[in-house]
Amino acid sequence: MQTANLLPLVLILAAVAFWLSFQRSRAVAAPLGGVRHLKALPTHYAARAALWSAIPGLVLLGLWAGFEGKVIHSIVMASLPEGMAPDSAGQASLLFTQISNVARGSLNPDLAPEAVVQAAALLENLREQSRVFKTVLVILVTVLGAAFAWFRVAPHVNARNSVETTLRRIFFVCAAVAVLTTMGIVFSVIFETIRFFGRVPITEFLFGTSWSPQTALRPDQVGADGAFGVIPLFTGTLLISVIALLVAVPTGLLSAIYLSEYAGKRARSVIKPLLELLAGIPTVVYGFFAALTVAPFIRDLAESIGLTASSQSALAAGLVMGIMIIPFVSSLSDDVINAVPQSLRDGSLALGATQSETMKKVIFPAALPGIMGGILLAASRAIGETMIVVMAAGLAANLTANPLESVTTVTVQIATLLVGDQEFNSAKTLSAFALGMLLFIVTLILNVIALKVVRKYREQYE
Amino acid sequence: MSNASSNIPDDITKTEKAAIKVAEPAQQDRREAAALEEGKTVGIPFCENPKFQLRNVEVSYGDTPAIRNISLDIARNEVIAFIGPSGCGKSTFLRCLNRMNDSIESCSVRGSLLLDGEDIYDPRRDVVELRARVGMVFQKPNPFPKSIYDNVAYGPRIHGLANRKSDLDDIVEGSLRKAGLWEEVKDRLDATATGMSGGQQQRLCIARAIAVSPEVILMDEPCSALDPIATAKVEELIAEMSESYTIVIVTHSMQQAARVSHRTAYFHLGHLVEVNETNRLFTAPEHELTESYITGRFG
Repeated sequence: MQTANLLPLVLILAAVAFWLSFQRSRAVAAPLGGVRHLKALPTHYAARAALWSAIPGLVLLGLWAGFEGKVIHSIVMASLPEGMAPDSAGQASLLFTQISNVARGSLNPDLAPEAVVQAAALLENLREQSRVFKTVLVILVTVLGAAFAWFRVAPHVNARNSVETTLRRIFFVCAAVAVLTTMGIVFSVIFETIRFFGRVPITEFLFGTSWSPQTALRPDQVGADGAFGVIPLFTGTLLISVIALLVAVPTGLLSAIYLSEYAGKRARSVIKPLLELLAGIPTVVYGFFAALTVAPFIRDLAESIGLTASSQSALAAGLVMGIMIIPFVSSLSDDVINAVPQSLRDGSLALGATQSETMKKVIFPAALPGIMGGILLAASRAIGETMIVVMAAGLAANLTANPLESVTTVTVQIATLLVGDQEFNSAKTLSAFALGMLLFIVTLILNVIALKVVRKYREQYE
Repeated sequence: MSNASSNIPDDITKTEKAAIKVAEPAQQDRREAAALEEGKTVGIPFCENPKFQLRNVEVSYGDTPAIRNISLDIARNEVIAFIGPSGCGKSTFLRCLNRMNDSIESCSVRGSLLLDGEDIYDPRRDVVELRARVGMVFQKPNPFPKSIYDNVAYGPRIHGLANRKSDLDDIVEGSLRKAGLWEEVKDRLDATATGMSGGQQQRLCIARAIAVSPEVILMDEPCSALDPIATAKVEELIAEMSESYTIVIVTHSMQQAARVSHRTAYFHLGHLVEVNETNRLFTAPEHELTESYITGRFG
């Protein structure tokens, strides 16, 4: 049976185990005078039965899915005669593909060598056996688990504790999955980054002022030597993020103050959802708004006052990105401002402070850590944003501080480096991973700072 | 805001139920209702040349009346205690005196409330100036999350009371001295106020209120979050302060009212039932509701 069919089967068996144990615990309890004479509730016995049947079955299924292919692969490869044994990893994978193609019937056996055809037969055979074993074992384990739990339904057995323990472990595993995934991502990026630094020196990458990622196909090609200096990319990122924050922080913060302190119930109930709607607009929509409306407007405006502006400018991208991240600042700030105890407001107002004095001198300092958190979240968002920049600020890696010129950012370069057909061995492609790593480190540092700030001020009131 | 308006009817019905349950004979029930119906305050609610002259004050939260037709004078430099069961309107009434009810949208105040002959609820009235004159101390100590010094200096800074740093230092020291806190905190004025004990925090809040040199100090159950020793200190402080300020204190502790106040006002279901010299009210109450309350029959 296929894994796709076994999975629901295991769950159905677990449900049956649940129901049977539930019935049995009630039956056991009945002569004693009711459920309260059991150590645990019927649902606990039932849940334990379900867990004990489903978990071993699912674990077995998972192990099988993880190792089946590898085991079969090595058996098949070992079965090949001496002369056929591949001498490189590439050849091995090629050969195995050929074997499985024959086995699947997509390659005519007449065209393949005899050894391959035999190996294909072996492969087919092993797969069939594996399927049968898997089906039998999984069902057996599931049913045994259920039966064991069913027999253990007894008044003196406390199923409550074992259910709690099992649940705690399940929660731990879920938390571990998130952590492990993060680590997996980091490691996959690290290894590619190390490969990249094998081709381009790390100092050139970190301190180079020119970015033109290309590798020559022939040594005598025009423009053969690429440049991998990240400084123009990071200044571009910085420029656009700063512009975005200059828009978002004052607007978001002041609107949060208005919403939490001044707005009436009705105004609040209308404005707050509308403001949060900004976060729901796809970035690509912001992108064409920036590229088609804002950028030409800025260019015309700049030209009318005698400045030269590129039709794709950092300013356009930054302004629109700033609007996009307003909700991050305003929504979080609004929440933390509301969380400041009313007693502090009362205390200040009772001393004769006006509403704005209260806001400025009492509420704002008390809410500052949360507000900082919101701002840093918005900053991370601005640094990571790609689509608006692609559309409105261009792809040219200019090292400039002039917001009217076009610039590019780290994320945009990562996207362009990996889009389309790329050879995976060139410095050009690998540089994307180095950029990703650097970006990851920068945002990590930002997050650490944010945590520190929040922790430092957390116990300010109460 | 909404919980204020929803709490009050709740509390009133609870108290009503309690009152009805305790007064078992239906006859007594009717007598109490009749006593309230009259709407007349017994005792001595009025005085010569009052600080506050309050006439026919009615307060309601939305459609729920909280204060029904109360008239009262508060004399200069007197300590007057408001007592009564929960939800009787004493805190609401107190908060009318410096318009702290303004921030509650559904709250409406009618009647004439005069401070030194001037209408408190005059729309042209400057609330900032009013609150500088009528300070307030709350139930739970609410120091700002700033240093001890900044807490006391907060009011003087807002009102521009000090031109130089040394003036401000003097005000802070004087206020802390009056609040009996100076000796305890003079070496750590820069320490954060939230690190103090509850009693110290409450005295800091009193010092903070004193720092703007108010004429009146309103206290809304100032000791309910404090232990007996801290309470004794605050009460001592109230006695000292009564020489220079008019003090209105809401309290749930009848012993406290008896200890600190000159006059006591007994509130019941939004009515002001009796106002009398404190000694008299607790020894020979004129109204039977007052008597029921102070003898512990309900409340």
